[in-house]
Amino acid sequence: MAAASPEIERLISLLSKLPGLGPRSARRAALALLKRREQLLTPLALALADAAEKVRSCSVCGSPDTQDPCSVCSDRSRDATLVCVVEEAGGLWAMERGASYRGRYHVLGGLLSALDGVGPDSLRIGELVSRVGAGEVREVILALPATVDGQTTAHYLAERLAASGVSVTSLARGVPVGGELDWLDDGTIAQALRARRPA
Amino acid sequence: MRAALTRLTLTDFRSYARGELALTGGAVFLFGPNGAGKTNLLEAVSFLAPGRGLRGAAATEVGRREPGEGEGEGRPWAVAAVLSDADGETRVGTGAEPDTARRRVRIEGEPVPPGRLSDLVRLVWLTPQQDRLFLEGGSERRRFLDRLVFADQPRHAAAVSAYEKAIRERTRLLTDGPNDPEWLNALEAQAAEAGAVLATARHKTLTALQAEIDARSERPFPQAGLSLSEDWHSEGSGERLREALARGRARDAAAGRALSGPHRTDLLVNLREKDRPAAEGSTGEQKALVLNLVLAQAARLARDPEAPAPILLLDEVAAHLDPARRAALFDEITALGLQTFLTGTDRSLFEGLFGRGQGVRVEGGALEPENG
Ligand SMILES: Nc1ncnc2c1ncn2[C@@H]1O[C@H](COP(=O)(O)OP(=O)(O)OP(=O)(O)O)[C@@H](O)[C@H]1O
Ligand SMILES: [Mg+2]
Ligand SMILES: [Zn+2]
Repeated sequence: MAAASPEIERLISLLSKLPGLGPRSARRAALALLKRREQLLTPLALALADAAEKVRSCSVCGSPDTQDPCSVCSDRSRDATLVCVVEEAGGLWAMERGASYRGRYHVLGGLLSALDGVGPDSLRIGELVSRVGAGEVREVILALPATVDGQTTAHYLAERLAASGVSVTSLARGVPVGGELDWLDDGTIAQALRARRPA
Repeated sequence: MRAALTRLTLTDFRSYARGELALTGGAVFLFGPNGAGKTNLLEAVSFLAPGRGLRGAAATEVGRREPGEGEGEGRPWAVAAVLSDADGETRVGTGAEPDTARRRVRIEGEPVPPGRLSDLVRLVWLTPQQDRLFLEGGSERRRFLDRLVFADQPRHAAAVSAYEKAIRERTRLLTDGPNDPEWLNALEAQAAEAGAVLATARHKTLTALQAEIDARSERPFPQAGLSLSEDWHSEGSGERLREALARGRARDAAAGRALSGPHRTDLLVNLREKDRPAAEGSTGEQKALVLNLVLAQAARLARDPEAPAPILLLDEVAAHLDPARRAALFDEITALGLQTFLTGTDRSLFEGLFGRGQGVRVEGGALEPENG
């Protein structure tokens, strides 16, 4: 079998870096793109270029958006005294789908994990502490996964925020252990939000 | 009918290119020469529970390889079974591709996470490696203990892995830094919470198992006196563990591992009659002691109406037992009515099961059920 051209190899190797795609599925994805040039490959390339050019992290909450501050942070109807901390933007989108939350967000950009070399400085924890220190926030809701990393991060944040005097709560479990926020249905999220408890 | 496998199909699993077996439930004795594939068949069944099976093998290791093919060259393999119980039949399947470490599981054709298997199948096994259980270091016994607990309380596995993960994270932080007290506090809180849960589960299973063993005193098997070397389960142990971890930081950093906690707990086993540590018993006594423990576990699990009846895998169990104990074993598994797979090199070892169980000759990569 002749080797694929370097352009195709590069496409495959980049695709295989996406979460959920191993080398095998990356090859299949690349093939699907190349076969459907007009419908898929070109529009995707344009969408990627567009996103790369326009999308930025919100300087307040860290979520990706084309405007800064993002649409949530600049929406004056949303309660600025309430901040919900999520691991990644996926958690934010999941909460927004639930449509029962009217506060703001803070995207950490990951979870503490010594084994993976992710410490407090690699996450947007300092930003959270100063945001809370600025005074407007009254409650921080920790919506982090019920995994060891998630709960360690929650515990750590509760301790770091203790001095500020804000109330720190977490989503009630009802959320299955090991559960990722983006996989929950809207009803579960709404319920977990109502039953939040002191962290 | 108690939960039993009524059909088993192996595809490219270990030495089997393809193996098929129709079963009736109850005792199944597999006999054939060394290397014929008897233990491989038991291992295949053991993959119908979550985890790494009775040899502790990775999913990538067990695909069939031709002579000369190296590790990682195994074929994609599958083990499929029909599980029958009072509610009818369920199709269960598992397998893996050589390049993905993760084992796939299907129930009724639907992909499901492996953990779901514990709703359907519970396994209790005994292998010749466990003959050395009392002579080896504590880690083997701890694994044995945790498997007993896991079969009893499936959620135990989640507590064990959460605890181990929190401890690994903490060790990494202690050895490689940064020295961040709040981060360490957070990890120790996680470890303490999961550690107390897992220790409590161990204690609960052990207490129940001891009661079961005590109730079996008339059987011709030596009885075990069971205890844990450390108490991380009684009231307030979570807090105690958290304090112990916090106090032990400097020491653990120097050692490069955590020196206290339930991951160090040993299962202590005494030979009741002689009031001596099990390690001092004869080879046959030790084997019979573990066997009795495993049978007690099976008998206890079998009474739980909420969970599937256990299936027993007893590898080479007949060989070391004297005739009286062998007869008692066969009587007992017949009385329990649980599906039980036994192996041995000679058909004659299973004479006591003739007419009460199903014989299968294993030879040359093939499975031949005996008639009648
Ligand atoms: N991945 C594999 N592919 C092909 N053959 C394998 C693989 N793994 C193990 N085997 C073969 O399986 C055989 C061992 O089978 P098994 O352990 O089931 O034997 P057994 O019948 O239990 O024998 P004994 O009576 O000695 O316990 C060995 O000959 C080994 O080479
Ligand atoms: Mg064997
Ligand atoms: Zn924002």
